[in-house]
Amino acid sequence: MVTYIIRRLLATVVLLFFVSAVTFSIFFVVPRIAGSTPETLATRYVGRAATEETVKLTAERLGFYDPVVVQYGRWVKGVVAGTDYDYGAGVEHCPAPCLGYSFITRQPVWPDLLDRMTVTLSLAIGASIIWLLAGVATGVLSALRRGSVFDRAAMGIALGGVSLPIFFTGIVSLVIFSYGLGITAPGGSFTPFTENPAEWAYDLILPWITLAFLFAAAYARLTRAGMLETMNEDYIRTARAKGLKERTVITRHGLRAALTPILTIFGLDVGLLVGGAVLTESTFSLPGLGKYAIDAILNNDLPKVMGVTILAAFFIVIANLIVDLLYAVIDPRVRLG
Amino acid sequence: MAELSRVPTQAIPGQVSRGVAPRGFLELRDLRIHFPTDDGLVRAVDGMSFSLERGRTLGIVGESGSGKSVTSLGILGLHNKRNAKVSGEIWLDGEELVGASPEAVRKLRGKKMAMIFQDPLSAMHPYYSVGYQIIEAYRVHNDVSKGVARKHAVDLLGRVGIPQPAKRVDDYPHQFSGGMRQRAMIAMALSCDPELLIADEPTTALDVTVQAQILDLMRDLQAEFNSALIIITHDLGVVAELSDDILVMYGGKCVESGPAVDVFERPEMPYTWGLLGSMPRLDRVRTERLLPIKGTPPSLINLPSGCAFHPRCAFADRTGGASYTKVPELLALGGGHPVACHLAVAVRRQIWESEIKPKLEAAE
Repeated sequence: MVTYIIRRLLATVVLLFFVSAVTFSIFFVVPRIAGSTPETLATRYVGRAATEETVKLTAERLGFYDPVVVQYGRWVKGVVAGTDYDYGAGVEHCPAPCLGYSFITRQPVWPDLLDRMTVTLSLAIGASIIWLLAGVATGVLSALRRGSVFDRAAMGIALGGVSLPIFFTGIVSLVIFSYGLGITAPGGSFTPFTENPAEWAYDLILPWITLAFLFAAAYARLTRAGMLETMNEDYIRTARAKGLKERTVITRHGLRAALTPILTIFGLDVGLLVGGAVLTESTFSLPGLGKYAIDAILNNDLPKVMGVTILAAFFIVIANLIVDLLYAVIDPRVRLG
Repeated sequence: MAELSRVPTQAIPGQVSRGVAPRGFLELRDLRIHFPTDDGLVRAVDGMSFSLERGRTLGIVGESGSGKSVTSLGILGLHNKRNAKVSGEIWLDGEELVGASPEAVRKLRGKKMAMIFQDPLSAMHPYYSVGYQIIEAYRVHNDVSKGVARKHAVDLLGRVGIPQPAKRVDDYPHQFSGGMRQRAMIAMALSCDPELLIADEPTTALDVTVQAQILDLMRDLQAEFNSALIIITHDLGVVAELSDDILVMYGGKCVESGPAVDVFERPEMPYTWGLLGSMPRLDRVRTERLLPIKGTPPSLINLPSGCAFHPRCAFADRTGGASYTKVPELLALGGGHPVACHLAVAVRRQIWESEIKPKLEAAE
């Protein structure tokens, strides 16, 4: 087990290198292949009225004249060990993990990311708890009462849930609950949990529910299908033949087996979301990673883009690792080694 | 085997007295289990009646789809009330089960009546250790601590012949071999000393050497517990090995039943002849073909008119047309065991002696 975890962590590091290399290539190599020169790359960062001199100087400072491998190496060194930046006017130390400075605001990327991460984490964790509970509960009940009014209503709503995009449900709920009834926050505000938990929840409740609705719908359908299949297994018949109470049969024997695939998807979904719930954050104007990434891309702010990409990749890989480990705990047939 | 007790397990011919508790341990009276489907009503079990005493073994044989497993699941009350219509009476030790509350039947399940399933790999939960599953079965019906239940589980595993039971108790089903899984399954079924044990094709998923061991084990355990045992199988060899009595099922009905020796030595129903003819035997000459029953088992939605077996029966023409129109009753005639066949007693005995038996015993 321990060797397995170590091996997986090593693989994670390799994977992150790979992801960073690909991302780096997309933003630094592909434009070069397409005909950009270091000068044209630098033009974007100096304003329109810059002289040729300034452009060249900027290109040099940003290291655009160096071979790509060197540029990538410098970036990696910054992440691992930190680096010193020469502004011309002085040298500034950027401690590890140094993801560079924004080309636009000249602010270091990492503290920004940390800030944004608390928003996205709050959003993702709250929403995921809601959708997991609601989705699984609905799915189980639907499966047990297949064909009933409840089942049909739940599956109808679920179909709506998976089909409706968040920028629709989000805006509709904002209109109804925030602007109409005035019972939820109108969006755009975020209070850290550590400052005021009640305010934190008040600000996030609507985004949570909107986001959870989308996922809960999918989870309800998945759980229902899984339960229907599991409850027909031979071992469920055995459990009944033992004289177990139906409740025990359903939860301990049926649900436990049906939940395994749900768990896999749950891990991936949460991992993905933590890397940025782009639509939800945009709809509710939450200053999270997703919004950060969009802004960075629109502004061609490469260090930010690189930073948020690596962070998102990191979350997904870690989420996968956790899922794999949990799998071994849940299903004894999965032997890790 | 020569001195068979004369209170045999038997199909009850003719009318049964309804609603009165029988003296027997297990008694089925006109049990019907129907499944309404979109294609029509599936009459999986259509009027089964038999009784069984403690300490005796009944073998129920028949092809796939003849209603054997449905009957046994019906006795345990394992059919879903929503898709199965169960009628008739099942008496277990003075209690009627068909009309009883699901909760009352649940309390009997696993305690008074237990079942051994066909495929022990799929019948055991893959996520729980073998020990856990036995402990669970024991603790539903016995208010004991986990420690006590665990000791009981280890005991049981030892008794069914699992080596190093104290160690293997924590293994998961996938870590057991097929034979060991079936032993564990038997241990699980025996955990509460059931008085009625139903084994549904207990050896079908096992290889031949293991089959023999499991059959030995079941015989020993039955003697030890003095329980009533029902073996459901299509393997006549298994039945010959274990059963005191045999009940042959076809199309959801009992077509012949009686003491094992009688049914094996003097079968009267053409379907039983077919089953015997389909059984590979070492003592038959190699070149001799098996004598399979032609055709396929009937659809339980549209049973053939009259005797359900008539489309596959080589002798249906000798009944003067009755086979095509009238459902034969299960009757014990001429001092024999109950048989549902329109062939006159003398005729069918004569056919058996002169036409069937010589073929089956060609090598002897």
